[in-house]
Amino acid sequence: MTFMEFLNMGGYAVYVWSSVGLTVAVLIINVITARRAVSQELERLRKRYANEANTGASQ
Amino acid sequence: MWTWFHKLSSPPHFYRLSASLIPWFGWLAAAFLIVSLYGGLVTAPADYQQGDGFRIIYVHVPAAMLSLFIYMFMATAAAIGVIWRMKLAHAVAVACAPIGASVTFLALATGSIWGKPMWGTWWAWDARLTSELILLFLYLGYMGLRSAIDDTNRADRASAILALVGVVNVPIVHYSVTWWNSLHQGSTLLKKGGPALPPDMALPLFGMIIGFMCFFGAVALTRVKREVLVREQNSKWVKDMVTSK
Repeated sequence: MTFMEFLNMGGYAVYVWSSVGLTVAVLIINVITARRAVSQELERLRKRYANEANTGASQ
Repeated sequence: MWTWFHKLSSPPHFYRLSASLIPWFGWLAAAFLIVSLYGGLVTAPADYQQGDGFRIIYVHVPAAMLSLFIYMFMATAAAIGVIWRMKLAHAVAVACAPIGASVTFLALATGSIWGKPMWGTWWAWDARLTSELILLFLYLGYMGLRSAIDDTNRADRASAILALVGVVNVPIVHYSVTWWNSLHQGSTLLKKGGPALPPDMALPLFGMIIGFMCFFGAVALTRVKREVLVREQNSKWVKDMVTSK
């Protein structure tokens, strides 16, 4: 099997490669959004606690 | 057993446990997915009926299985949350929903792409396809209901009830190809007398399924971490952990 034959997928290239590409995209987007959700929440809490510490000290 | 259960249900302990488990699930998922995708696309022989078009099975079936597995997992967590009033269980259920919705979309989309060359149509209102579409709406309804209720406790209970009612759809999806005349082919793996695939076709498929499961483990635990942080933001351990970094 040559590499071109592999890419051609017996004439089903459009269907096979779009399915695989979509799957890889969905998996990667899941990982990125989940990780970003954690880091954004940590950042928000860091700011919140820092704010409270500042206003607490000035009172 | 009960002390273990009790310890697991303590948010700081669960948070630390998640953090240490995520890389394991993540790397296992990557390894299984890469090796099995190679197996499915390169080493497995072409199907005698569908040629190389059958290779869509390696992404479609794991996505479809996971869409049902995550729903049962989510509903079980929601039930535990309601029955034992365990907040952590609700956090787990919440973490499952967007992942479940995305793999249900994936199962529908790859199925549609597979249907075009094999059935001659992208979509048909048949039992399997329609019940899987309802599954997507259940996930989206669960998330929509939560975002419409501000109070976390009320959102937990209301969304748990929706998740539990939706469980009736799961056996319908699974058995739809047996109960009704469907355009969709019957089950390849979970059938009497073992899988209808020779080993060189079946092994990459099992590998993909394990990979998808590990992927779910890693992403779900990551989302649970975020959910625990939000819910426990007024507790001392979160404050100590965040400010000490």
